[in-house]
Amino acid sequence: MENGVISIDIREKRFGDTPVLGRIRFDIGEGEAVALVGPSGVGKSTLLRIVAGIDTRFEGNVQRPEALAFVFQEPTLLPWRHALDNILLPNPGLSHDAALAGLERVGLAGKADVFPGQLSLGQQRRLALARAFAGRPAFLIMDEPFVSLDGETAEQMLALTEALIAERRPATLFVTHDRAEADRLGDRILELKGQPAELQG
Amino acid sequence: MRWLRPAPVLSIAGLLALWVVAALLTDDAQILPQPWSLIAPFAQEFASGELLRNLGATLVRVVWAFALAMGVGFALGLAMGRSERLNDWLDPWLVIFLNLPALVLIVLCYLWIGLNETAAIIAVTLNKIPNVTTVIREGARALDPELEAMARVHRMSWRARLRHVTLPQLAPYITGAARGGVAVIWKIVLVVEFLGRSSGIGFKIHLYFQLFDVRMVLVYALSFVIVMLLVEWALLQPWERRVRRWRTA
Repeated sequence: MENGVISIDIREKRFGDTPVLGRIRFDIGEGEAVALVGPSGVGKSTLLRIVAGIDTRFEGNVQRPEALAFVFQEPTLLPWRHALDNILLPNPGLSHDAALAGLERVGLAGKADVFPGQLSLGQQRRLALARAFAGRPAFLIMDEPFVSLDGETAEQMLALTEALIAERRPATLFVTHDRAEADRLGDRILELKGQPAELQG
Repeated sequence: MRWLRPAPVLSIAGLLALWVVAALLTDDAQILPQPWSLIAPFAQEFASGELLRNLGATLVRVVWAFALAMGVGFALGLAMGRSERLNDWLDPWLVIFLNLPALVLIVLCYLWIGLNETAAIIAVTLNKIPNVTTVIREGARALDPELEAMARVHRMSWRARLRHVTLPQLAPYITGAARGGVAVIWKIVLVVEFLGRSSGIGFKIHLYFQLFDVRMVLVYALSFVIVMLLVEWALLQPWERRVRRWRTA
């Protein structure tokens, strides 16, 4: 058995009487990037939420490190707090300077005192990315982080994410519907299929 | 200055004009005195300190009842909005208290606790808690689950969550409850004073009601209306603008 930092062993997950996820077992090694693909509605997001510990109502076991970051489909920022506070508040141990450096790293230097509503969608997503990486996560989870961006912005985000992952080397699990994206960011691709969903191949 | 815009000023002038015309038509100062005939008794009550003493007594009761009702109502509303189970248990109580006439609660509090300050403040508080709870519960049900998940993943402390994630989302509901709260509370405080206190605006209105002195009833009632308008303009509206800043930035 692999000695991964992250070990997922789900026996079953159901919504009411409908089983959504069946038996799902996999490990993620240190610094490994795993892409999760599959048809929409199959339960990819549900699986991510279980892995992240957001959803605890399932049967099975998940081992994950404490230092965890999640990049949601939407930026999921605090619209009533300045950009800098959006990095500082969710990462209490972080210094002011480190947060500023984080903003600069994603190309948002000078936007510290701006509310998220004043940023473009692409900038909001980069802010969410900065928030995720600021906590120096040992495990990064991303749920279609590039969805609903136009081609050029998506490419910028993808390159930025690639660079950040290369710098920090967190173990990464991400969902995508784009095979090219999966190949580019992922060391390994897992495919979720069926009802209840299970891993293929 | 918001309240110096023409529309509100004209609208209040219109109300005054209506009063003058009605007073002219009634032509009986015993029933409806002219606005300016209130100035002399107002000055006299003000100079004697009687007006300020009673205004103060009422204001202290309003502040106490307001703080208690907002605090308890907020906690209950948040808990009931978050937990379906708790809501199932407490909702019938809420409906009962919402539909219990204020007068019944006031009389029962005086009978059970005694004709004292505690009974007066508890009676007002109990009258207001259900409204605050209902409003805050709506807000708690509308909380964004994604932000909650974000706070959870980042293991934010409950204090940080409350302050930076939950409270800002509830701010419009809190202002709504506070706005309605102040208005309702001071009206109930007056009834409480009318029925069983020997100080406050309600007590004075009771006194002058027995003497059929419309002028003094109006002097005391309007003085408190002015105080509440000041509270609205000087405290509530600036606070609301502050917490809404991010929406307009």
